[in-house]
Amino acid sequence: MFALEVPATGAPFALQVLWLILIAVLWIGYLVLEGFDFGVAMLIPFLGKTEKEKRVMVNTIGPVWDGNEVWLLTAGGATFAAFPAWYATLFSGAYLPLFLVLVGLIIRGVSFEYRSKHPETKWRSTFDWMAAIGSFIVPLVLGVAFANFIMGLPVMLAGEMASTNTTVLLSPAAASLFVLTPAPYFWQLFSWFGILGGIVLVVAFLFHGSIYLTLKTKAGELHDRARKFASIVGLVAIVGGALYLVAQNLLYPALFPGLALVGWIVTLVAALALIAAWWFVGHGREGIAFVSTTVAIVSVAVITFLPMVPGMGFIAPGDRSSWPLNIMNASSSEGTLVLMTIVAVIFVPIVLAYSAWTYWVFRQRLGVENMPDEVALAS
Amino acid sequence: MSAETLARWQFGITTVYHFLFVPITIALSMLVAVLQTMWYRSGEEKFLRLTKFFGKVFLINFAMGVVTGIVQEFQFGLNWSEYSRFVGDIFGAPLAMEALIAFFLESVFLGMWIFGWDRLPKKVHLLSIWLGAIGTLLSAIFILAANSWMQNPVGASFNAANGRAEMTSLVAVLVNPVNLVTFPHVIAGAYVTAGGLILGISGWWLAKLAKAGDSAAAEKDIWRWATRFGAWVLIIAGAAVIITGDFQGKALTEEQPMKMAAAEGLCHSEKGAGFSLILVGSDCSKGNPTALTVPGLFSYLGAGSFDATMEGIADLNEQYAAEGFQGNQLQKETTAQLKEAGITDFSPSIPVSFWTFRIMMVLGFAAIAIGVWALIATAKGKDPKGGKWWTAAMIAVPLLSLFGNSFGWIFSEMGRQPFVVYGVLPTMSANSPGVSALEVGLTMVLFTLLYGSLAVVEIGLQLHFIKKGLPEVEEPQMLTDADAPLSFAY
Ligand code: HDD
Ligand code: HEM
Ligand code: HEM
Repeated sequence: MFALEVPATGAPFALQVLWLILIAVLWIGYLVLEGFDFGVAMLIPFLGKTEKEKRVMVNTIGPVWDGNEVWLLTAGGATFAAFPAWYATLFSGAYLPLFLVLVGLIIRGVSFEYRSKHPETKWRSTFDWMAAIGSFIVPLVLGVAFANFIMGLPVMLAGEMASTNTTVLLSPAAASLFVLTPAPYFWQLFSWFGILGGIVLVVAFLFHGSIYLTLKTKAGELHDRARKFASIVGLVAIVGGALYLVAQNLLYPALFPGLALVGWIVTLVAALALIAAWWFVGHGREGIAFVSTTVAIVSVAVITFLPMVPGMGFIAPGDRSSWPLNIMNASSSEGTLVLMTIVAVIFVPIVLAYSAWTYWVFRQRLGVENMPDEVALAS
Repeated sequence: MSAETLARWQFGITTVYHFLFVPITIALSMLVAVLQTMWYRSGEEKFLRLTKFFGKVFLINFAMGVVTGIVQEFQFGLNWSEYSRFVGDIFGAPLAMEALIAFFLESVFLGMWIFGWDRLPKKVHLLSIWLGAIGTLLSAIFILAANSWMQNPVGASFNAANGRAEMTSLVAVLVNPVNLVTFPHVIAGAYVTAGGLILGISGWWLAKLAKAGDSAAAEKDIWRWATRFGAWVLIIAGAAVIITGDFQGKALTEEQPMKMAAAEGLCHSEKGAGFSLILVGSDCSKGNPTALTVPGLFSYLGAGSFDATMEGIADLNEQYAAEGFQGNQLQKETTAQLKEAGITDFSPSIPVSFWTFRIMMVLGFAAIAIGVWALIATAKGKDPKGGKWWTAAMIAVPLLSLFGNSFGWIFSEMGRQPFVVYGVLPTMSANSPGVSALEVGLTMVLFTLLYGSLAVVEIGLQLHFIKKGLPEVEEPQMLTDADAPLSFAY
């Protein structure tokens, strides 16, 4: 049908691929960085037995979580700038799931700031639970969404839709705006593969976060508990991850020649990395264990984004090999892409440099003895 | 209600809510940086105490600004998918640049500032709040460029092949004449608000301690200093708001005369048009629906001369119906497309435009007046006498400026109707065709409930800390012992 011959907007293919890669890189930054702060936050009510232990956990991520979240905002902004039609179809299509993500981000975001502002136990445990629940919802929904991209979300042109909510659909919109086909997509979200994707992401972040915790806490009860938890959840991550990735390779292989093989290779890398992480954290090699979960998360992101060339996760109803919405007709004009490339080339390294510096400034491990008795009343 | 109407309500509610926190973040971050710089240079404890006190007020506010901002970033795609597709080539770039250039700077360095009191050398710690504050300004530049483009879509052309607008010049988008007047006006409005907040809190404490007598003399002097500091910021920013507001009016007359005419209830073009104090109805068939008119003043505000001719709603309507909008390239190129939409009334709601414009100004003037009063009441070492009126004024002053901002935005955004992109894309064609009214309504109710409960928590916390007053402080030390308690931890 449309496939790859859809007239491009004039931008060369290379720039469009570059921007898909850049967006994938932003997502990788997000998953790796916010991944551990999601993991730590989910564990606050469970691993922190005393108030001071909970505070240690909050303080290991306190200085960095907001910066980590900006990776998501930048990925969103970059999607809007580089592939406006993708942004339009995706965000309006995934309306309710995205709303859940926003609620999750809101309730966890205020919690870190507000929990410390009142000494009452009830106040604090309320915010601990809000942080934990928010940090659970977001990866769950994102995981389901990623799995659905792999399966392919069916789209059609707005003009072909039987009922539309837009009073006057101007002719350019009717002929260029893609929308998800109403009925099947919603149930597809809840297919076993979709749900498995959500669970795997949550478990992966729990693993990643508990290893981060072992890396950032001093020897002591909290540290031991985090390590023990990591050893258990690591096994679940290995089994769940293997199941999910193998299923993906078998059921939804990438359609481009060669990419299918890459899929298997990346799957192997992810599995080995998870096993390595599990082994290293069990043997007190926390730094390497953290690098290993990072490698695993990067691999899963790669294998999620690879099949997005060229369909960006969207397909014609019932046909995985036809891509009505694709990186060519979804992309911005060449001028905008060139401009954004220049901006990215200048600013991404600067951002990376100062972000790395914060991690260096706050490199010290924390323990309960570092927590002042009086929660700082002034900042 | 239709999905479109609900989507507009949802956008309005979430954005106005976001902008309750934004002006405080923009201006208070910089003012806290100024206070900390004064402490750094003078070593006086009083400045450290003020830095910490207002730093906390700022942070409680900042957290809300961040979480409500995230919603904004995704709203365009959620509720306005055709809008996003149509404008993304131009509009997406400033949004992405805002995240990459401004938000990273803001969040990373504010994180560093919050937790860095005992990990960073004093100078670097001071630098981090400055960088965070600069980040907020950069973010305003980009987002306002995006917003100004919706008001006046320059630097773009229409691509008929894929039916969307495409960027022809980023520079034109950034130096959009509307942006050049909007940015200073919004920033000045932010300082009015933060100045008002500092004045309100400090003035309230000052009057309270003045009653307590000598026992609290030391703290009282600090609050007196802060009261006057806040009042000066408010008054200087207030002057800037009036001057830039005047520029806004002139730019509006050039770029969106219809919005200006609606704001003045001017139905038919008139030489030496007047500025009216009240509006009676919104019917244009029998002359202007206005009363208590000061002759010539509208012409002066809009065009700089008391007898200039101002265009009226009916005449503009005729002109737009006949020849479309001809202000810039994009508007010219989409005239045919606009005809297809079949709009005959190009006027925004007259009562909304008229009243929001006046409420904005009145609230702003009232805040400035309180600032002047506070300066007089504290002149030459005097203490304010306190009492009911003083307390009421101190509570009102931050709120007046805050709501002044909200009304300014409602005026600006509602006055753009019936278009999302002025003269190009009608609002009714811009929302997401695949999203049902049920979905929009449901999420709107849930957002409102969530935002409402957060507001209760935020206001409660602010009041709690304001009532606690100035914190006791210790000179921050760089941490040397890895087992010692941190001087700052959550
Ligand atoms: C004039 C200034 C201004 C305006 C009109 C807006 N904002 Fe805003 N925004 C800011 C000024 C700002 C800020 C001062 O930079 C904030 C306020 C609190 C904060 O943390 O930064 C912010 C926060 C903020 C954040 C969170 C950043 C973070 O995590 O650090 C996002 C994603 C947005 N905004 C997005 C938007 C969008 C999409 C808007 C358009 C509808 C919008 N804002 C209107
Ligand atoms: C922060 C200050 C702002 C406030 C308080 C504000 C307020 C509003 C309000 C009240 C509406 C509803 C208008 C109506 O229903 O007629 C609206 C609509 C809208 N605004 Fe703003 N706005 C702000 C800034 C922005 C910015 C910076 C942008 C873009 C960068 C923007 C984009 C939009 C869009 C896309 C709509 C929906 C379409 C429409 O109804 O016109 N707004 N805004
Ligand atoms: C403290 C007082 C004031 C505050 C907080 C305030 C705030 C705002 C805000 C936030 C906006 C919307 C953003 C924009 O489009 O620029 C706005 C718009 C506007 N303001 Fe003000 N304002 C104040 C006083 C004034 C005064 C005194 C004038 C006129 C002399 C004025 C004239 C305008 C005009 C003409 C607009 C509309 C611009 C447009 O729609 O493009 N403002 N104001």
